Amino acid sequence: MSVKIVSRNFETPNADKIDVYESLGGYKSLEKLFAMKPDDVIEFVKKSGLRGRGGAGFSTGMKWSFVPKNVDKPKYLCVNADEGEPGTFKDRKILQLDPHQMIEGVIICCYAVGIKTAYVYIRGEYVKPQAHLHSAIAEAYKKGYLGKNIKGSGFDLDIHIHRGAGAYICGEETGLIESLEGKKGMPRSKPPYPAVIGVFGCPTVVNNVETLATLPWIMNNGSEAYAGFGTEKSTGTMLFSISGSVERPGVYESPFGVNLWDFIESSTGGVRGGRALKAVIPGGSSAAILTAEETRATNLDYESIAAAGSMVGSGAIMVLSEDDSIVKALQVIARFYSHESCGQCPQCREGTYYISEIMDRVLAGDGKPGDIERILEMCPSMLGQTVCVLADSIAIPAKSYIDKFRPEFESCIKGAAATA
Amino acid sequence: MDEEFAFSEASEKEFMETLERYPTKMAALLPALWIAQNQNGYITPPIMEYIAERLDLSPVHVYSVCEFYTMYHKSPPGRYHIQLCRTLSCVLCKMEDIQGHLESRYGIRAGKKTEDGMFSLTLAECLGSCGTAPVMRVNDVYCENLTIAKVDRIIEACKRGETLEEDPMLAH
Ligand SMILES: Cc1cc2nc3c(=O)[nH]c(=O)nc-3n(C[C@H](O)[C@H](O)[C@H](O)COP(=O)(O)O)c2cc1C
Ligand code: SF4
Ligand code: FES
Repeated sequence: MSVKIVSRNFETPNADKIDVYESLGGYKSLEKLFAMKPDDVIEFVKKSGLRGRGGAGFSTGMKWSFVPKNVDKPKYLCVNADEGEPGTFKDRKILQLDPHQMIEGVIICCYAVGIKTAYVYIRGEYVKPQAHLHSAIAEAYKKGYLGKNIKGSGFDLDIHIHRGAGAYICGEETGLIESLEGKKGMPRSKPPYPAVIGVFGCPTVVNNVETLATLPWIMNNGSEAYAGFGTEKSTGTMLFSISGSVERPGVYESPFGVNLWDFIESSTGGVRGGRALKAVIPGGSSAAILTAEETRATNLDYESIAAAGSMVGSGAIMVLSEDDSIVKALQVIARFYSHESCGQCPQCREGTYYISEIMDRVLAGDGKPGDIERILEMCPSMLGQTVCVLADSIAIPAKSYIDKFRPEFESCIKGAAATA
Repeated sequence: MDEEFAFSEASEKEFMETLERYPTKMAALLPALWIAQNQNGYITPPIMEYIAERLDLSPVHVYSVCEFYTMYHKSPPGRYHIQLCRTLSCVLCKMEDIQGHLESRYGIRAGKKTEDGMFSLTLAECLGSCGTAPVMRVNDVYCENLTIAKVDRIIEACKRGETLEEDPMLAH
Protein backbone atom coordinates (compact mmCIF):
# COMPACT_ATOMS: atom_id res chain seq x y z
CA MET A 1 0.00 0.00 0.00
CA SER A 2 1.51 3.27 -1.02
CA VAL A 3 0.34 6.18 1.09
CA LYS A 4 1.89 9.62 0.78
CA ILE A 5 1.32 12.21 3.42
CA VAL A 6 4.59 14.03 4.11
CA SER A 7 6.11 13.24 0.72
CA ARG A 8 2.98 13.92 -1.32
CA ASN A 9 4.42 17.04 -2.99
CA PHE A 10 7.96 15.77 -3.51
CA GLU A 11 7.35 14.96 -7.15
CA THR A 12 5.57 18.22 -7.98
CA PRO A 13 7.95 20.66 -9.64
CA ASN A 14 8.48 23.91 -7.71
CA ALA A 15 6.38 22.85 -4.72
CA ASP A 16 8.84 24.93 -2.70
CA LYS A 17 7.34 28.06 -4.28
CA ILE A 18 4.39 29.49 -2.41
CA ASP A 19 2.06 29.82 -5.41
CA VAL A 20 2.50 26.18 -6.30
CA TYR A 21 2.20 25.14 -2.67
CA GLU A 22 -1.02 27.11 -2.28
CA SER A 23 -2.42 25.59 -5.47
CA LEU A 24 -1.83 22.18 -3.84
CA GLY A 25 -3.97 23.23 -0.88
CA GLY A 26 -1.12 24.73 1.11
CA TYR A 27 -1.81 26.94 4.15
CA LYS A 28 -5.48 25.92 4.00
CA SER A 29 -5.26 24.38 7.46
CA LEU A 30 -4.82 27.82 9.05
CA GLU A 31 -8.48 28.74 8.72
CA LYS A 32 -9.47 25.70 10.73
CA LEU A 33 -6.55 26.28 13.10
CA PHE A 34 -7.46 29.84 14.04
CA ALA A 35 -11.09 28.82 14.58
CA MET A 36 -9.95 26.39 17.29
CA LYS A 37 -8.82 27.09 20.84
CA PRO A 38 -5.09 26.42 21.30
CA ASP A 39 -5.74 23.71 23.91
CA ASP A 40 -8.08 21.97 21.52
CA VAL A 41 -5.34 21.90 18.90
CA ILE A 42 -3.10 20.11 21.39
CA GLU A 43 -5.85 17.56 22.06
CA PHE A 44 -6.40 17.17 18.34
CA VAL A 45 -2.72 16.37 17.76
CA LYS A 46 -2.66 14.04 20.77
CA LYS A 47 -5.57 12.12 19.29
CA SER A 48 -3.79 11.62 16.00
CA GLY A 49 -1.16 9.62 17.88
CA LEU A 50 1.64 11.50 16.08
CA ARG A 51 5.02 10.70 17.61
CA GLY A 52 8.26 12.64 17.19
CA ARG A 53 10.21 11.68 14.09
CA GLY A 54 13.58 12.93 15.39
CA GLY A 55 14.44 9.63 17.01
CA ALA A 56 12.81 9.30 20.40
CA GLY A 57 9.26 8.72 19.12
CA PHE A 58 7.58 10.65 21.93
CA SER A 59 3.93 11.78 21.59
CA THR A 60 3.95 15.24 20.02
CA GLY A 61 0.70 16.46 21.58
CA MET A 62 1.85 15.24 24.97
CA LYS A 63 5.16 17.08 24.65
CA TRP A 64 3.34 20.31 23.87
CA SER A 65 1.04 19.85 26.87
CA PHE A 66 4.06 19.87 29.22
CA VAL A 67 4.77 23.51 28.42
CA PRO A 68 3.45 25.60 31.31
CA LYS A 69 0.45 27.71 30.35
CA ASN A 70 0.56 30.82 32.48
CA VAL A 71 4.10 32.16 32.50
CA ASP A 72 5.19 35.73 31.78
CA LYS A 73 8.28 34.51 29.98
CA PRO A 74 8.25 34.12 26.23
CA LYS A 75 8.11 30.56 24.91
CA TYR A 76 10.11 29.24 21.99
CA LEU A 77 10.03 26.56 19.34
CA CYS A 78 13.30 25.09 18.15
CA VAL A 79 12.89 23.22 14.92
CA ASN A 80 15.45 20.44 14.84
CA ALA A 81 16.83 20.53 11.29
CA ASP A 82 20.27 19.36 12.35
CA GLU A 83 19.74 15.95 10.71
CA GLY A 84 22.91 14.10 11.57
CA GLU A 85 22.04 10.55 12.54
CA PRO A 86 24.03 8.42 10.07
CA GLY A 87 21.70 7.00 7.44
CA THR A 88 19.09 9.77 7.75
CA PHE A 89 18.40 12.09 4.83
CA LYS A 90 14.67 12.83 4.83
CA ASP A 91 14.62 16.25 6.51
CA ARG A 92 16.91 17.52 3.77
CA LYS A 93 14.23 16.52 1.22
CA ILE A 94 11.45 18.27 3.15
CA LEU A 95 13.51 21.45 3.58
CA GLN A 96 14.48 21.62 -0.07
CA LEU A 97 11.45 20.18 -1.87
CA ASP A 98 8.56 21.24 0.37
CA PRO A 99 9.65 23.80 2.99
CA HIS A 100 6.23 25.44 3.17
CA GLN A 101 4.71 22.27 4.53
CA MET A 102 7.10 22.53 7.48
CA ILE A 103 6.45 26.26 7.92
CA GLU A 104 2.71 25.57 8.02
CA GLY A 105 3.42 22.95 10.67
CA VAL A 106 5.47 25.46 12.66
CA ILE A 107 2.50 27.85 12.65
CA ILE A 108 0.23 25.06 13.94
CA CYS A 109 2.62 24.14 16.73
CA CYS A 110 3.28 27.73 17.79
CA TYR A 111 -0.40 28.64 17.84
CA ALA A 112 -1.22 25.58 19.95
CA VAL A 113 1.51 26.25 22.51
CA GLY A 114 1.39 30.05 22.51
CA ILE A 115 4.81 30.62 20.93
CA LYS A 116 5.70 33.80 19.06
CA THR A 117 9.27 33.01 18.04
CA ALA A 118 10.62 29.91 16.33
CA TYR A 119 14.23 29.13 15.44
CA VAL A 120 15.06 26.59 12.77
CA TYR A 121 18.40 25.08 13.74
CA ILE A 122 19.69 23.77 10.41
CA ARG A 123 22.89 21.83 9.96
CA GLY A 124 25.70 23.91 8.52
CA GLU A 125 26.21 21.70 5.48
CA TYR A 126 22.63 22.15 4.24
CA VAL A 127 23.30 25.30 2.24
CA LYS A 128 20.85 24.62 -0.56
CA PRO A 129 18.01 23.41 1.69
CA GLN A 130 18.66 26.51 3.81
CA ALA A 131 18.36 28.73 0.75
CA HIS A 132 15.05 27.11 -0.20
CA LEU A 133 13.77 27.46 3.35
CA HIS A 134 14.94 31.05 3.49
CA SER A 135 13.02 32.07 0.38
CA ALA A 136 9.98 30.10 1.52
CA ILE A 137 9.95 32.00 4.82
CA ALA A 138 10.28 35.31 2.97
CA GLU A 139 7.34 34.35 0.72
CA ALA A 140 5.24 33.37 3.74
CA TYR A 141 5.87 36.76 5.38
CA LYS A 142 4.91 38.51 2.18
CA LYS A 143 1.63 36.64 1.97
CA GLY A 144 0.80 37.33 5.60
CA TYR A 145 1.27 33.76 6.89
CA LEU A 146 4.05 34.96 9.19
CA GLY A 147 4.61 38.19 11.09
CA LYS A 148 2.03 40.25 12.92
CA ASN A 149 -1.66 39.39 13.14
CA ILE A 150 -1.50 36.42 10.78
CA LYS A 151 -4.54 36.44 8.48
CA GLY A 152 -6.44 38.64 10.91
CA SER A 153 -6.25 36.05 13.70
CA GLY A 154 -4.47 38.31 16.17
CA PHE A 155 -1.70 35.71 16.32
CA ASP A 156 1.91 36.85 15.74
CA LEU A 157 4.80 34.61 14.76
CA ASP A 158 8.39 35.09 13.62
CA ILE A 159 10.62 32.34 12.25
CA HIS A 160 14.40 32.71 12.20
CA ILE A 161 16.99 30.41 10.69
CA HIS A 162 20.01 29.52 12.81
CA ARG A 163 22.84 27.79 10.99
CA GLY A 164 24.84 25.09 12.77
CA ALA A 165 28.53 24.67 12.14
CA GLY A 166 29.35 20.99 12.12
CA ALA A 167 28.71 19.01 15.31
CA TYR A 168 26.42 15.96 15.44
CA ILE A 169 25.75 16.45 19.13
CA CYS A 170 23.83 19.67 18.40
CA GLY A 171 21.02 17.39 17.14
CA GLU A 172 20.43 16.33 20.74
CA GLU A 173 17.78 18.75 21.92
CA THR A 174 19.66 20.31 24.83
CA GLY A 175 22.91 20.38 22.86
CA LEU A 176 20.93 22.25 20.23
CA ILE A 177 19.69 24.71 22.82
CA GLU A 178 23.19 25.36 24.16
CA SER A 179 24.46 25.85 20.62
CA LEU A 180 21.63 28.25 19.80
CA GLU A 181 22.57 30.26 22.88
CA GLY A 182 26.08 30.71 21.46
CA LYS A 183 27.97 27.98 23.29
CA LYS A 184 29.55 24.62 22.64
CA GLY A 185 26.77 22.12 21.94
CA MET A 186 27.14 20.20 25.18
CA PRO A 187 23.92 18.51 26.28
CA ARG A 188 22.39 19.51 29.61
CA SER A 189 21.38 17.08 32.29
CA LYS A 190 17.66 16.61 32.57
CA PRO A 191 15.45 17.48 34.40
CA PRO A 192 14.64 20.28 33.95
CA TYR A 193 13.28 19.42 30.51
CA PRO A 194 13.23 22.04 27.75
CA ALA A 195 9.43 22.28 28.06
CA VAL A 196 10.03 24.01 31.40
CA ILE A 197 13.50 25.53 31.03
CA GLY A 198 14.79 25.51 27.49
CA VAL A 199 16.45 28.14 25.36
CA PHE A 200 17.22 31.50 27.02
CA GLY A 201 15.85 30.04 30.27
CA CYS A 202 12.34 29.90 28.81
CA PRO A 203 9.83 27.11 28.10
CA THR A 204 10.78 25.53 24.80
CA VAL A 205 9.41 22.94 22.41
CA VAL A 206 11.97 21.07 20.31
CA ASN A 207 10.47 19.26 17.34
CA ASN A 208 11.91 17.54 14.33
CA VAL A 209 11.32 18.87 10.79
CA GLU A 210 9.27 15.85 9.72
CA THR A 211 7.12 15.90 12.86
CA LEU A 212 6.11 19.48 12.07
CA ALA A 213 5.66 18.81 8.37
CA THR A 214 3.09 16.12 9.20
CA LEU A 215 0.80 18.57 11.04
CA PRO A 216 -0.93 20.35 8.12
CA TRP A 217 -2.23 17.03 6.75
CA ILE A 218 -3.54 16.07 10.17
CA MET A 219 -5.28 19.44 10.58
CA ASN A 220 -6.87 19.16 7.14
CA ASN A 221 -7.91 15.53 7.26
CA GLY A 222 -8.50 14.94 10.94
CA SER A 223 -6.87 13.01 13.77
CA GLU A 224 -8.93 9.92 13.04
CA ALA A 225 -7.94 9.88 9.39
CA TYR A 226 -4.28 9.98 10.41
CA ALA A 227 -4.71 7.36 13.10
CA GLY A 228 -6.47 5.24 10.50
CA PHE A 229 -3.09 4.50 8.97
CA GLY A 230 -0.53 2.37 10.74
CA THR A 231 -1.16 0.38 13.90
CA GLU A 232 -2.95 1.23 17.10
CA LYS A 233 0.14 2.65 18.83
CA SER A 234 2.25 3.55 15.81
CA THR A 235 -0.22 5.69 13.93
CA GLY A 236 0.14 7.22 10.51
CA THR A 237 3.07 7.09 8.15
CA MET A 238 6.77 7.89 8.37
CA LEU A 239 9.52 8.77 5.94
CA PHE A 240 12.14 6.05 5.83
CA SER A 241 15.61 6.80 4.50
CA ILE A 242 16.87 3.57 2.97
CA SER A 243 20.55 3.32 2.06
CA GLY A 244 23.47 0.94 1.77
CA SER A 245 23.50 -2.15 -0.42
CA VAL A 246 20.15 -1.82 -2.17
CA GLU A 247 19.30 -1.25 -5.83
CA ARG A 248 17.45 2.06 -5.44
CA PRO A 249 18.26 3.81 -2.18
CA GLY A 250 16.06 6.74 -1.26
CA VAL A 251 13.37 8.22 0.97
CA TYR A 252 10.19 6.15 0.94
CA GLU A 253 7.05 6.82 2.93
CA SER A 254 5.06 3.99 4.44
CA PRO A 255 2.31 3.46 6.96
CA PHE A 256 3.52 1.68 10.08
CA GLY A 257 2.84 -2.00 10.50
CA VAL A 258 4.05 -3.34 7.15
CA ASN A 259 6.57 -6.16 7.02
CA LEU A 260 10.04 -4.63 7.25
CA TRP A 261 11.65 -6.65 4.48
CA ASP A 262 8.66 -6.48 2.13
CA PHE A 263 8.76 -2.71 2.45
CA ILE A 264 12.49 -2.47 1.81
CA GLU A 265 12.34 -4.85 -1.11
CA SER A 266 9.28 -3.41 -2.80
CA SER A 267 10.46 0.20 -2.52
CA THR A 268 14.15 -0.23 -3.34
CA GLY A 269 14.17 -3.31 -5.54
CA GLY A 270 16.03 -5.35 -2.95
CA VAL A 271 19.69 -6.05 -2.32
CA ARG A 272 22.08 -4.61 -4.90
CA GLY A 273 23.26 -6.96 -7.61
CA GLY A 274 20.96 -9.75 -6.48
CA ARG A 275 23.21 -10.53 -3.53
CA ALA A 276 21.85 -12.17 -0.41
CA LEU A 277 20.67 -10.05 2.50
CA LYS A 278 22.95 -10.17 5.52
CA ALA A 279 21.56 -7.64 7.98
CA VAL A 280 19.56 -4.46 8.42
CA ILE A 281 20.14 -1.55 10.77
CA PRO A 282 16.61 -0.19 11.11
CA GLY A 283 16.77 3.12 12.98
CA GLY A 284 20.00 4.96 12.30
CA SER A 285 23.46 3.96 13.44
CA SER A 286 22.40 4.07 17.12
CA ALA A 287 20.09 1.11 16.57
CA ALA A 288 20.80 -2.55 17.23
CA ILE A 289 21.32 -4.62 14.10
CA LEU A 290 18.79 -7.19 12.81
CA THR A 291 19.81 -10.38 11.03
CA ALA A 292 18.26 -11.22 7.66
CA GLU A 293 15.95 -13.66 9.36
CA GLU A 294 14.83 -11.10 11.95
CA THR A 295 14.31 -8.52 9.23
CA ARG A 296 11.96 -10.85 7.36
CA ALA A 297 10.04 -11.68 10.54
CA THR A 298 9.57 -8.13 11.85
CA ASN A 299 6.97 -5.49 11.16
CA LEU A 300 7.88 -1.87 10.76
CA ASP A 301 6.37 -0.04 13.71
CA TYR A 302 7.68 1.24 17.05
CA GLU A 303 6.41 -1.73 19.06
CA SER A 304 7.40 -4.53 16.67
CA ILE A 305 10.91 -3.19 16.11
CA ALA A 306 11.33 -2.73 19.87
CA ALA A 307 10.15 -6.30 20.41
CA ALA A 308 12.84 -7.40 17.96
CA GLY A 309 15.38 -5.60 20.17
CA SER A 310 15.98 -2.52 18.06
CA MET A 311 14.27 0.80 17.34
CA VAL A 312 12.57 2.87 14.62
CA GLY A 313 14.67 5.88 15.65
CA SER A 314 14.98 8.43 12.86
CA GLY A 315 13.69 5.99 10.23
CA ALA A 316 17.12 5.40 8.73
CA ILE A 317 17.32 1.89 7.34
CA MET A 318 20.77 0.67 6.31
CA VAL A 319 21.00 -2.57 4.39
CA LEU A 320 24.04 -4.86 4.41
CA SER A 321 24.56 -7.62 1.86
CA GLU A 322 26.52 -10.83 2.09
CA ASP A 323 29.52 -8.91 0.68
CA ASP A 324 29.50 -6.32 3.47
CA SER A 325 31.61 -6.73 6.59
CA ILE A 326 29.96 -6.34 9.98
CA VAL A 327 33.41 -5.81 11.50
CA LYS A 328 33.99 -2.88 9.18
CA ALA A 329 30.51 -1.53 9.94
CA LEU A 330 31.26 -1.47 13.65
CA GLN A 331 34.64 0.16 13.07
CA VAL A 332 33.00 2.93 11.04
CA ILE A 333 30.24 3.71 13.50
CA ALA A 334 32.57 3.46 16.52
CA ARG A 335 34.81 6.03 14.85
CA PHE A 336 31.75 8.20 14.26
CA TYR A 337 30.67 8.23 17.91
CA SER A 338 34.21 8.70 19.14
CA HIS A 339 34.56 11.71 16.85
CA GLU A 340 31.19 13.16 17.86
CA SER A 341 31.28 12.65 21.65
CA CYS A 342 31.18 16.09 23.25
CA GLY A 343 33.52 14.79 25.92
CA GLN A 344 31.82 15.96 29.11
CA CYS A 345 31.05 12.46 30.46
CA PRO A 346 34.12 10.30 31.09
CA GLN A 347 32.28 7.03 30.30
CA CYS A 348 31.35 8.36 26.88
CA ARG A 349 34.60 10.15 26.06
CA GLU A 350 36.80 7.22 27.09
CA GLY A 351 34.41 4.45 26.06
CA THR A 352 33.81 5.65 22.52
CA TYR A 353 37.53 6.25 22.09
CA TYR A 354 38.45 2.84 23.45
CA ILE A 355 35.97 0.89 21.29
CA SER A 356 36.99 2.86 18.23
CA GLU A 357 40.68 2.19 18.88
CA ILE A 358 40.14 -1.53 19.30
CA MET A 359 38.06 -1.69 16.14
CA ASP A 360 40.63 0.26 14.13
CA ARG A 361 43.22 -2.25 15.25
CA VAL A 362 41.04 -5.30 14.61
CA LEU A 363 40.22 -4.09 11.12
CA ALA A 364 43.85 -3.30 10.38
CA GLY A 365 44.60 -6.98 11.02
CA ASP A 366 46.12 -6.32 14.41
CA GLY A 367 43.35 -7.80 16.57
CA LYS A 368 44.29 -9.65 19.74
CA PRO A 369 42.53 -12.44 21.59
CA GLY A 370 40.31 -10.80 24.20
CA ASP A 371 39.49 -7.73 22.11
CA ILE A 372 35.86 -8.78 21.69
CA GLU A 373 35.52 -9.35 25.42
CA ARG A 374 37.12 -5.96 26.12
CA ILE A 375 34.44 -4.23 24.06
CA LEU A 376 31.64 -6.23 25.67
CA GLU A 377 32.96 -5.40 29.14
CA MET A 378 33.03 -1.72 28.25
CA CYS A 379 29.38 -1.56 27.16
CA PRO A 380 27.47 -1.78 30.48
CA SER A 381 29.26 1.30 31.87
CA MET A 382 28.03 3.23 28.83
CA LEU A 383 24.35 2.41 29.21
CA GLY A 384 22.07 4.87 30.96
CA GLN A 385 24.88 6.56 32.86
CA THR A 386 25.57 9.69 30.88
CA VAL A 387 24.13 13.16 30.32
CA CYS A 388 22.73 12.19 26.92
CA VAL A 389 22.28 8.86 25.15
CA LEU A 390 25.22 9.18 22.75
CA ALA A 391 27.18 6.69 24.84
CA ASP A 392 24.28 4.22 24.66
CA SER A 393 24.23 4.83 20.92
CA ILE A 394 27.47 2.94 20.44
CA ALA A 395 27.18 0.47 23.33
CA ILE A 396 23.86 -0.92 22.05
CA PRO A 397 24.90 -1.51 18.44
CA ALA A 398 28.37 -2.76 19.43
CA LYS A 399 26.89 -5.46 21.63
CA SER A 400 24.31 -6.44 19.02
CA TYR A 401 26.81 -6.67 16.16
CA ILE A 402 29.08 -8.88 18.25
CA ASP A 403 26.28 -11.03 19.69
CA LYS A 404 24.75 -11.70 16.29
CA PHE A 405 27.86 -11.94 14.14
CA ARG A 406 30.50 -13.09 16.58
CA PRO A 407 32.18 -15.57 14.21
CA GLU A 408 32.94 -12.72 11.80
CA PHE A 409 34.76 -10.82 14.54
CA GLU A 410 36.55 -13.95 15.70
CA SER A 411 37.78 -14.90 12.26
CA CYS A 412 39.02 -11.36 11.70
CA ILE A 413 41.03 -11.57 14.92
CA LYS A 414 42.17 -15.17 14.34
CA GLY A 415 43.27 -14.25 10.85
CA ALA A 416 45.37 -11.54 12.43
CA ALA A 417 46.84 -13.93 14.98
CA ALA A 418 47.67 -16.45 12.25
CA THR A 419 49.54 -13.93 10.14
CA ALA A 420 51.26 -12.31 13.13
CA MET B 1 51.35 38.11 11.72
CA ASP B 2 47.59 38.02 11.36
CA GLU B 3 45.97 41.15 10.06
CA GLU B 4 43.69 43.30 12.13
CA PHE B 5 40.03 42.61 11.42
CA ALA B 6 36.80 44.55 11.15
CA PHE B 7 33.50 43.72 9.47
CA SER B 8 33.07 45.11 5.98
CA GLU B 9 30.06 47.30 5.34
CA ALA B 10 28.00 44.35 4.07
CA SER B 11 29.08 42.15 6.98
CA GLU B 12 28.28 44.91 9.45
CA LYS B 13 24.77 45.21 8.08
CA GLU B 14 24.26 41.44 8.30
CA PHE B 15 25.67 41.42 11.82
CA MET B 16 23.31 44.17 13.02
CA GLU B 17 20.34 42.34 11.52
CA THR B 18 21.48 39.14 13.21
CA LEU B 19 21.56 40.78 16.64
CA GLU B 20 17.88 41.66 16.34
CA ARG B 21 16.88 38.05 16.03
CA TYR B 22 17.95 37.00 19.51
CA PRO B 23 17.18 38.11 23.07
CA THR B 24 20.87 37.78 24.03
CA LYS B 25 24.04 38.95 22.34
CA MET B 26 25.78 35.65 22.94
CA ALA B 27 23.29 33.84 20.68
CA ALA B 28 24.67 35.78 17.76
CA LEU B 29 28.06 34.09 18.16
CA LEU B 30 27.67 31.27 15.63
CA PRO B 31 26.13 33.60 13.03
CA ALA B 32 28.86 36.19 13.66
CA LEU B 33 31.54 33.57 13.06
CA TRP B 34 29.82 32.61 9.81
CA ILE B 35 29.73 36.23 8.69
CA ALA B 36 33.42 36.61 9.48
CA GLN B 37 34.33 33.39 7.72
CA ASN B 38 32.37 34.41 4.62
CA GLN B 39 34.28 37.67 4.57
CA ASN B 40 37.74 36.38 5.37
CA GLY B 41 37.71 32.71 4.31
CA TYR B 42 38.81 31.48 7.72
CA ILE B 43 38.83 32.51 11.37
CA THR B 44 41.98 34.10 12.80
CA PRO B 45 42.77 35.01 16.44
CA PRO B 46 42.18 38.72 15.72
CA ILE B 47 38.76 37.83 14.33
CA MET B 48 37.94 35.93 17.50
CA GLU B 49 39.00 38.93 19.59
CA TYR B 50 37.01 41.30 17.41
CA ILE B 51 33.86 39.19 17.70
CA ALA B 52 34.36 38.75 21.43
CA GLU B 53 34.45 42.51 21.81
CA ARG B 54 31.41 43.07 19.61
CA LEU B 55 29.37 40.53 21.59
CA ASP B 56 30.69 41.31 25.09
CA LEU B 57 32.16 37.82 25.40
CA SER B 58 35.53 36.68 26.60
CA PRO B 59 37.97 35.79 23.81
CA VAL B 60 38.39 32.39 25.48
CA HIS B 61 34.69 31.68 25.05
CA VAL B 62 34.82 32.58 21.38
CA TYR B 63 37.95 30.51 20.92
CA SER B 64 36.48 27.41 22.56
CA VAL B 65 33.27 27.67 20.52
CA CYS B 66 35.27 28.10 17.35
CA GLU B 67 37.27 24.96 18.17
CA PHE B 68 34.16 22.93 18.95
CA TYR B 69 32.57 23.24 15.49
CA THR B 70 34.27 21.57 12.54
CA MET B 71 33.04 23.94 9.84
CA TYR B 72 34.93 26.99 11.05
CA HIS B 73 38.30 26.98 9.30
CA LYS B 74 41.18 27.85 11.56
CA SER B 75 43.58 28.11 8.62
CA PRO B 76 42.98 28.90 4.96
CA PRO B 77 41.42 25.92 3.16
CA GLY B 78 42.11 25.18 -0.50
CA ARG B 79 40.29 27.18 -3.13
CA TYR B 80 38.11 24.10 -3.43
CA HIS B 81 37.56 22.56 -0.04
CA ILE B 82 36.33 18.98 -0.32
CA GLN B 83 34.51 17.10 2.43
CA LEU B 84 34.22 13.43 1.55
CA CYS B 85 31.79 11.43 3.68
CA ARG B 86 33.34 8.48 5.47
CA THR B 87 30.29 7.16 7.37
CA LEU B 88 28.54 3.83 6.97
CA SER B 89 26.26 4.23 3.95
CA CYS B 90 29.09 5.84 1.98
CA VAL B 91 31.48 3.07 3.07
CA LEU B 92 28.92 0.48 1.89
CA CYS B 93 28.95 2.31 -1.45
CA LYS B 94 32.75 2.27 -1.75
CA MET B 95 33.79 5.76 -0.70
CA GLU B 96 37.27 4.33 -0.20
CA ASP B 97 37.67 3.99 -3.98
CA ILE B 98 36.84 7.67 -4.35
CA GLN B 99 39.30 8.64 -1.63
CA GLY B 100 41.97 6.46 -3.25
CA HIS B 101 41.38 8.06 -6.62
CA LEU B 102 41.57 11.62 -5.26
CA GLU B 103 44.89 10.72 -3.71
CA SER B 104 46.52 8.67 -6.47
CA ARG B 105 45.31 10.68 -9.45
CA TYR B 106 45.33 14.21 -8.04
CA GLY B 107 47.49 14.08 -4.93
CA ILE B 108 44.55 15.27 -2.83
CA ARG B 109 45.07 13.77 0.63
CA ALA B 110 42.83 13.73 3.68
CA GLY B 111 43.72 16.48 6.14
CA LYS B 112 46.00 18.21 3.60
CA LYS B 113 46.01 20.98 1.05
CA THR B 114 47.61 20.55 -2.38
CA GLU B 115 50.80 22.56 -2.91
CA ASP B 116 49.17 24.87 -5.45
CA GLY B 117 46.51 25.71 -2.86
CA MET B 118 43.73 24.53 -5.17
CA PHE B 119 42.33 21.63 -3.16
CA SER B 120 42.02 20.62 0.45
CA LEU B 121 40.28 17.49 1.71
CA THR B 122 38.76 16.45 4.98
CA LEU B 123 36.88 13.24 5.67
CA ALA B 124 33.48 14.18 7.05
CA GLU B 125 30.87 12.29 9.03
CA CYS B 126 27.48 11.55 7.46
CA LEU B 127 26.50 14.45 5.22
CA GLY B 128 22.79 13.58 5.21
CA SER B 129 22.77 12.33 1.65
CA CYS B 130 23.22 8.60 2.19
CA GLY B 131 20.70 7.73 -0.53
CA THR B 132 23.09 9.14 -3.12
CA ALA B 133 26.28 7.69 -1.63
CA PRO B 134 29.15 8.09 -2.08
CA VAL B 135 28.95 11.81 -1.50
CA MET B 136 31.26 14.77 -1.11
CA ARG B 137 30.82 18.50 -0.72
CA VAL B 138 33.01 20.80 -2.77
CA ASN B 139 32.82 24.16 -1.04
CA ASP B 140 29.04 24.41 -0.57
CA VAL B 141 28.00 22.10 -3.39
CA TYR B 142 26.87 18.51 -2.83
CA CYS B 143 28.36 16.09 -5.37
CA GLU B 144 26.39 12.85 -5.20
CA ASN B 145 26.39 9.33 -6.66
CA LEU B 146 30.13 9.67 -7.15
CA THR B 147 31.98 7.46 -9.60
CA ILE B 148 35.61 7.73 -10.66
CA ALA B 149 34.51 9.32 -13.94
CA LYS B 150 32.29 11.81 -12.14
CA VAL B 151 35.09 12.78 -9.77
CA ASP B 152 37.34 13.38 -12.79
CA ARG B 153 34.74 15.68 -14.32
CA ILE B 154 34.34 17.59 -11.07
CA ILE B 155 38.04 18.07 -10.44
CA GLU B 156 38.68 19.14 -14.04
CA ALA B 157 35.81 21.63 -13.82
CA CYS B 158 37.31 23.07 -10.64
CA LYS B 159 40.68 23.39 -12.33
CA ARG B 160 39.02 25.35 -15.10
CA GLY B 161 37.48 27.60 -12.46
CA GLU B 162 33.90 26.63 -13.31
CA THR B 163 31.05 26.94 -10.84
CA LEU B 164 29.71 23.54 -9.81
CA GLU B 165 25.99 22.83 -9.87
CA GLU B 166 24.18 20.34 -7.69
CA ASP B 167 22.24 17.57 -9.42
CA PRO B 168 18.51 18.17 -9.13
CA MET B 169 17.14 16.61 -5.96
CA LEU B 170 14.90 13.65 -6.75
CA ALA B 171 11.70 12.77 -4.91
CA HIS B 172 13.17 9.57 -3.51
C1 LIG C 1 23.00 12.26 20.08
C2 LIG C 1 21.64 12.67 19.58
C3 LIG C 1 21.49 13.23 18.32
C4 LIG C 1 20.25 13.62 17.85
N1 LIG C 1 20.15 14.16 16.60
C5 LIG C 1 18.93 14.56 16.15
C6 LIG C 1 18.80 15.17 14.87
O1 LIG C 1 19.78 15.33 14.13
N2 LIG C 1 17.57 15.58 14.47
C7 LIG C 1 16.46 15.43 15.26
O2 LIG C 1 15.37 15.84 14.87
N3 LIG C 1 16.56 14.85 16.48
C8 LIG C 1 17.76 14.43 16.93
N4 LIG C 1 17.85 13.87 18.19
C9 LIG C 1 16.62 13.77 19.00
C10 LIG C 1 16.36 15.08 19.75
O3 LIG C 1 17.07 15.07 20.97
C11 LIG C 1 14.89 15.29 20.08
O4 LIG C 1 14.39 14.15 20.68
C12 LIG C 1 14.02 15.60 18.87
O5 LIG C 1 14.54 16.66 18.13
C13 LIG C 1 12.63 15.95 19.34
O6 LIG C 1 11.77 16.18 18.25
P1 LIG C 1 10.56 15.19 17.94
O7 LIG C 1 9.81 14.97 19.23
O8 LIG C 1 9.76 15.91 16.93
O9 LIG C 1 11.18 13.93 17.43
C14 LIG C 1 19.10 13.44 18.66
C15 LIG C 1 19.25 12.86 19.91
C16 LIG C 1 20.49 12.46 20.38
C17 LIG C 1 20.61 11.85 21.72
S1 SF4 D 1 27.03 11.07 26.66
FE1 SF4 D 1 28.76 11.73 25.39
S2 SF4 D 1 27.91 13.18 23.93
FE2 SF4 D 1 26.35 12.91 25.56
S3 SF4 D 1 26.78 14.55 26.99
FE3 SF4 D 1 27.98 12.80 27.71
S4 SF4 D 1 30.01 13.05 26.70
FE4 SF4 D 1 28.58 14.40 25.66
S1 FES E 1 26.80 8.08 5.27
FE1 FES E 1 27.62 9.37 3.75
S2 FES E 1 26.05 10.85 3.50
FE2 FES E 1 25.29 9.62 5.12
